[in-house]
Amino acid sequence: MLKIENLHVRVAGKEILKGLNLTVKPGEVHAIMGPNGAGKSTLGNVLAGREGYEITAGTVDFGDKDLLQLEPEERAAEGLFLAFQYPVEIPGVNNTYFLKAALNAQRKYRGESELDSMQFLKLVREKLRVLHISDELLHRAVNAGFSGGEKKRNEIFQMALLEPRLAILDETDSGLDIDALKMVAEGVNHMRSADRAFIVITHYQRLLDYIVPDQVHVLAEGRIVESGDKTLALKLEEHGYAWIEQRRLPEHSAV
Amino acid sequence: MATERNDIENALNRRYEAGFVTDIETEYLPPGLSEDVIRQLSAKKNEPQWMTDWRLKAYRHWLTMPVPEWAKLRIGPIDFQAISYYAAPKARPKSLDDVDPKLLETYDKLGVPLHERAKLAGVAVDAVFDSVSVGTTFRKELAEAGVIFCSMSEAIREHAELVQQYLGSVVPVGDNYFAALNSAVFSDGSFVFIPKGVRCPMELSTYFRINAMNTGQFERTLIVAEDASYVSYLEGCTAPQRDENQLHAAVVELVALADAQIKYSTVQNWYPGDENGVGGIYNFVTKRGDCRGARSKISWTQVETGSAITWKYPSCVLRGDDSTGEFYSVALTHHAQQADTGTKMIHIGRNTKSKIISKGISAGRGQNSYRGLVKVEKSAEGARNYTQCDSLLIGKKCGAHTFPYIEVKHPRAIVEHEATTSKISDDQLFYCRSRGLGEEDAVSMIVDGFCKQVFKELPMEFAVEAKKLLEVSLEGAVG
Repeated sequence: MLKIENLHVRVAGKEILKGLNLTVKPGEVHAIMGPNGAGKSTLGNVLAGREGYEITAGTVDFGDKDLLQLEPEERAAEGLFLAFQYPVEIPGVNNTYFLKAALNAQRKYRGESELDSMQFLKLVREKLRVLHISDELLHRAVNAGFSGGEKKRNEIFQMALLEPRLAILDETDSGLDIDALKMVAEGVNHMRSADRAFIVITHYQRLLDYIVPDQVHVLAEGRIVESGDKTLALKLEEHGYAWIEQRRLPEHSAV
Repeated sequence: MATERNDIENALNRRYEAGFVTDIETEYLPPGLSEDVIRQLSAKKNEPQWMTDWRLKAYRHWLTMPVPEWAKLRIGPIDFQAISYYAAPKARPKSLDDVDPKLLETYDKLGVPLHERAKLAGVAVDAVFDSVSVGTTFRKELAEAGVIFCSMSEAIREHAELVQQYLGSVVPVGDNYFAALNSAVFSDGSFVFIPKGVRCPMELSTYFRINAMNTGQFERTLIVAEDASYVSYLEGCTAPQRDENQLHAAVVELVALADAQIKYSTVQNWYPGDENGVGGIYNFVTKRGDCRGARSKISWTQVETGSAITWKYPSCVLRGDDSTGEFYSVALTHHAQQADTGTKMIHIGRNTKSKIISKGISAGRGQNSYRGLVKVEKSAEGARNYTQCDSLLIGKKCGAHTFPYIEVKHPRAIVEHEATTSKISDDQLFYCRSRGLGEEDAVSMIVDGFCKQVFKELPMEFAVEAKKLLEVSLEGAVG
């Protein structure tokens, strides 16, 4: 579904990703962990198409598309979703209205019929029930005046509604209390299916207790330096990122 | 991205949909301004002597006045002798059924059908084409309710007493440079009279259309709401796309007697000029409402998307005790457009309240100034004002400016002023796009959110139109 090969990315002249490789198949959940500044958020932003990232080498295939050639809205319509680390406030724009416009823009791109208000509301009700989100969030402006937890919930709600093929969660757990964390995890788990994949970017192992990944990758200095199953996350938790550094040292000196 | 930008620009150039010219036989007064011209104008309109004298008085006063230069606007010199002060379709219909089909077609194209059976049912329209009113719909229905809704020319002939009583009573002939000019040469406009206790049964609206070349449009509107009456009035305007600047200098006077309410909404879409600032309407307008009676209320809502230059300060004189003035404004400047707009709230009566919500949007090289005065006189015990003034910038070359003037002569008056300036951030745009919205849609959605407080004050049909206009006006603003 997603194939990243030798991805090099510069931000403001500084190389952040230095030859990253990652393959994600449908149905899989990949966790990406790593120390601050390793390039985790850069990866999420580059995949979603944010401006300001210069791709100097590498390819990213998403399904049968060359992802890097697509505009952000085209990537969304192709089924890529980024849950923001810091969801953005849009004052005065009703959350429901925003989502309806977004969903219909995606459907239009895919050649599907647009949903009318009744159909859309029905869909919203369905999703709300599953996610245990109060519909009060729907009547407010997009993220405006939301608490940190509410913003993250709203991201998950958007994800549920837009039903992406690949969802990237960029530190969705940061700043969440345990209840909110569980709710986010529940939302993700509920959406897990054979044709949908997730990339969960996180600092902490904690989230992975609830969203159990198929693979765990450690991103350090712009590259995936270690991959393994869920036990890798536990080892990281135990030993810290320095442990990875030490393990890499011999390899490093060989280069 | 480069090719895409061109596409956007092409689309934009196409997009002033009201920019066409109607080919119709037109009668002009030759360009130039003098006492003779005013007499001819007055004669053409079969006006009584008092009206001619009123005009001449205004003209003589105007001659003594300097062109105002205090606004933050760059205005090329206006040659008042090069303008024709009267242009009208030659055929003068006796009723709506006789109106030249070309004119009907023009208004159809603009989305303002003049057939009463047509889709604008429920809104009575006075259509002003260049210097004259070409038709007013639903007159019979309105007359049954006792409402007078007709062209100003007709009012001067048929309702002279009312006109004499109220005309110039809110905006005196010598009020300001452009008001004086208007008083001297105004050609047509609408007259509305709502008698005591009547709630006007439908929305009233005037649609102003400039068509002829090298002419100015100087309309004059007067709305009088007697005790405990109510009226909602809408105004729309468009003009052809031309390289020359054209002058529009209007005066609108509102009078609200005790317990009366007037709601006045404008969607201004005069031709704004091209992206280099060539052409476009110079829009110099004096709008003022007088809350003359106790507990009266006047509410101005304006959406200003057109014109090369907008100079406009719809105001309220809060004379009656417990009267209320409101001003809701969205002003957008794109490309080389300039706007200096705002309001004046003059608190005279006791417990008078005013509220100002102003939203300025600047894109391209647009310059947008809010200029507002809140004045509380000694007599205005218990006066309150709330002002909120927000500016939104799109791009790096535009400007937003705020000039609030506050004069308070009563020690216990409460005057609040809040102002913000923000940019559409890359974060907001990216957020919207990452959810699947195209860039243009994202911008218009963010702008729409920004304007929400004002749009919700507009009558429904107008709110939809206003939103569309903003979208069109902002095309090509990002990228």
